[in-house]
Amino acid sequence: MKKKLLSTILTCTIIAASLCACGSEDKSSNGKLYVYNWGEYIDEDVITQFEEETGIDVIYDMFETNEIMFAKLAQDTSAYDVVCPSDYMVQKLIENDMLQELDKSHIPNSKNIGEQYYIQASDFDPGNKYSVPYCWGTVGILYNKTMINEPVDSWDILWDEKYKDQILMQDSVRDSMMVALLKNGYSLNSTNPDEIEIATQDLIKQKPLVQAYVVDQVRDKMIGGEAALGVIYSGEAIYTARENPDLEYIVPKEGTNVWIDSWAITKGSKNVENAEKWIDFMCRGDIALKNFEYITYSTPNDVAKENIEDEDIKNSKVAFPDLSTMNTEAYKYLGTETDRLYNNAWMEVKSADY
Amino acid sequence: MKLFKSNKSAGLMASPYIAWALIFIVIPLCMVIYYGITSADGNLTIENIATIFKPGFFKALKRSVFLALISTFVCFILSYPLGMILSSMKLKKNAYIVTLFILPMWMNFLLRTLTWMTLLEKKGVINTIFEFMHLPTISIINTQGAIVLGMVYNFLPFMILPIYNSLNRIDENVINAARDLGADSLQTFWRITLPLSMPGILSGITMVFIPALTTFAISSMLGGSKILLIGNVIEQEFTQLYDWHLGSGLSIVLMIFIFINMIIENLADKGGVNK
Amino acid sequence: MKKILERIYLAIILIFMYAPIFTLIVLSFNSSKSRAKWGGFTLKWYTQLLSDEAVASALFNTLAIAILSTIFATIIGTFTCIAMIGLSAKVRSILMGITNIPMINADIVTGISLMLLFRFLHIGSGFGTILLAHITFNIPFVMLSVMPRVKNINFYVYEAALDLGASRSYAFFKTILPDIVPGIVSGALMAFTMSLDDFIITYFTKGSGFETLSTLIYNEVKRGIQPEIYALSAIIFIVVLALLFISYRAPMSKAKDN
Repeated sequence: MKKKLLSTILTCTIIAASLCACGSEDKSSNGKLYVYNWGEYIDEDVITQFEEETGIDVIYDMFETNEIMFAKLAQDTSAYDVVCPSDYMVQKLIENDMLQELDKSHIPNSKNIGEQYYIQASDFDPGNKYSVPYCWGTVGILYNKTMINEPVDSWDILWDEKYKDQILMQDSVRDSMMVALLKNGYSLNSTNPDEIEIATQDLIKQKPLVQAYVVDQVRDKMIGGEAALGVIYSGEAIYTARENPDLEYIVPKEGTNVWIDSWAITKGSKNVENAEKWIDFMCRGDIALKNFEYITYSTPNDVAKENIEDEDIKNSKVAFPDLSTMNTEAYKYLGTETDRLYNNAWMEVKSADY
Repeated sequence: MKLFKSNKSAGLMASPYIAWALIFIVIPLCMVIYYGITSADGNLTIENIATIFKPGFFKALKRSVFLALISTFVCFILSYPLGMILSSMKLKKNAYIVTLFILPMWMNFLLRTLTWMTLLEKKGVINTIFEFMHLPTISIINTQGAIVLGMVYNFLPFMILPIYNSLNRIDENVINAARDLGADSLQTFWRITLPLSMPGILSGITMVFIPALTTFAISSMLGGSKILLIGNVIEQEFTQLYDWHLGSGLSIVLMIFIFINMIIENLADKGGVNK
Repeated sequence: MKKILERIYLAIILIFMYAPIFTLIVLSFNSSKSRAKWGGFTLKWYTQLLSDEAVASALFNTLAIAILSTIFATIIGTFTCIAMIGLSAKVRSILMGITNIPMINADIVTGISLMLLFRFLHIGSGFGTILLAHITFNIPFVMLSVMPRVKNINFYVYEAALDLGASRSYAFFKTILPDIVPGIVSGALMAFTMSLDDFIITYFTKGSGFETLSTLIYNEVKRGIQPEIYALSAIIFIVVLALLFISYRAPMSKAKDN
């Protein structure tokens, strides 16, 4: 008897399963859109709003680092329609013929993006043919004022023995190498093997002091007081300070990386029209503003910036830093050979004993 | 053997699986080997496999073997007495007690690992309790110890079950006979129980050692990405560095380990049968 | 004395295995997001979980894959085991050898090899590829537990049934199948467990926009754990306990019937 009951339940589940599977296919009357964005990098309501306004079914995935995104696309550029890589990765994708040119006439809102950002972006995307800026910022140190009683103004503090087990480093090649390269006074785009080697040795020396190599977790760990110092993107500064007033973000005097993350459409995209709609939607003033208020990453959208109500934030040096006062440089794609040098160096750091 | 009209009809019945095994087991492995021994431009090379001897890679392999051995050993030490206790309890409902040890597996491997993250963090549950009781706090998260703990916790059922099964199968009379012939309990254990449970022990060892050797989730969750295991290296080659050839080459190295393991188990199996 | 020590040891191991899970369950009622502070009792993580579509679909995917892969693997595995009887010893040992591969091989290698295959065949990854992968690694578990039963089949009964005029299929269902059913059930249970527990193979064979519970949790962990996940593990644990209770009771009542 019970067996029969069990098998009935089982059958029902399977039938329900297949029905649901079919049902969800039918729902998307205006097609689908596969979006691949950074983790914690959008207000989820914005996605819902986009779906409601356009009737497009958004499948939203997140990546942790540019490299992970690249590997996924390299497997199959049709896996996603819209991606949000950083500067140097946009360049790498273009050079590997993995993006398609945008038809700006289908993205009228792209005019909302400030001119200076397009100029900056033309370094990695000449003529702004492939990408539209989404967010920008710097990389710096987030520290907990209650745990650190000295001025923080240099990357050197990340090598200070006092803070053993209190330091969070980024688990991504370029960002970690950047810290060590700048600390030694080199360019963060160094292609010189000797400089890369010195930076590598520095990171290995630092390893015993590091609590963990993480990406998005820096934010929660710093808020929770798990660590005293963390390398983090400027966009998290406002959010983290709001959640834990003891936290402060600074850009070290040696300089840092200034980055732009941009929307781009993949070469193999099967839903180009929807992808254009998505980018256009993201560039809309009200949407960019809503997004900014949620993720607090600096927006290049002039219309959105105009409409920020909180004057403190609007004029905040953290949210909208004046780049002329700091020593900044953007990442460049360094080519296959140097890429390998960096990857091997990072591998050496990660596998080192400590 | 009259179940089938002819060998042919048996073959026909087995053919779906034969096809399945070819497509989903044999061919994929051949592809790993193909990728592993070729370079991006399609030429034959052993460079991918030889990369394992480069310092960073070799360190990761050595560390993986070391941690996997420790975890296997700890699992064994914990499981054997447990198996003996359980089998001596003469449970009428074997399945019930066995399920008790499989049960955590239904919670999914990642949830179980996540649990230890929560417990071990600097401001995690254990430290909070210690602080409350004015005990010194521990900092085990992001160390090799945490990884071993995670491995033991996750893979313990794989050791308990085969050991319990093999102990349970030992004929009571054999042990009684040994006792009657004057063997003390230690002798009985060394000469009878242990050898007879060998197949269970060996299969437990393989079932713990291989996943422990090749895991990447446990080390990245409990090791703070500071402790690179060979599994992490291979995972990175595929998901971040996009070097399938190198990743496959390193997988071949893993397969060699697995193969050795298999031979050991086979030998032990045969030994058991002969006895 | 020895008995007491044994009981203590048993208790310690069980505490080691279950205490962490109970901690998660306690945390799932903690209104403070921090793990270090108790902010009072709340059910908000449960309500948030229920409205979380991502978790719901991941849970659904996980169960659907576990159930479907178990059914397919059980059918294929059982038929193959029975067919093995009629095969020559050589073919049989080769086939068994191949079958052992996914069980002995490291998950990461199995996952990668299947990923290479799916990419090579240009099969879009997603539900289908994960299902295929799960069936593949589940079949050996079924065969492993059905095979010993098949080996012990008493063919005389079967032949006697034939002699008495039963058709082949009738004789099969009446004499052979009942003998191997326990093996099939435990094999299916094993397959189901393995499918639910799997992370690595799913991770390598999943495509864009498709998550199962384990891949979802892996992503969550990388971004910082939300307390909803604790609520989820609590629910899963309770369901599992309930299932255990049912499975414990079911054979009991059956035994009584007999």
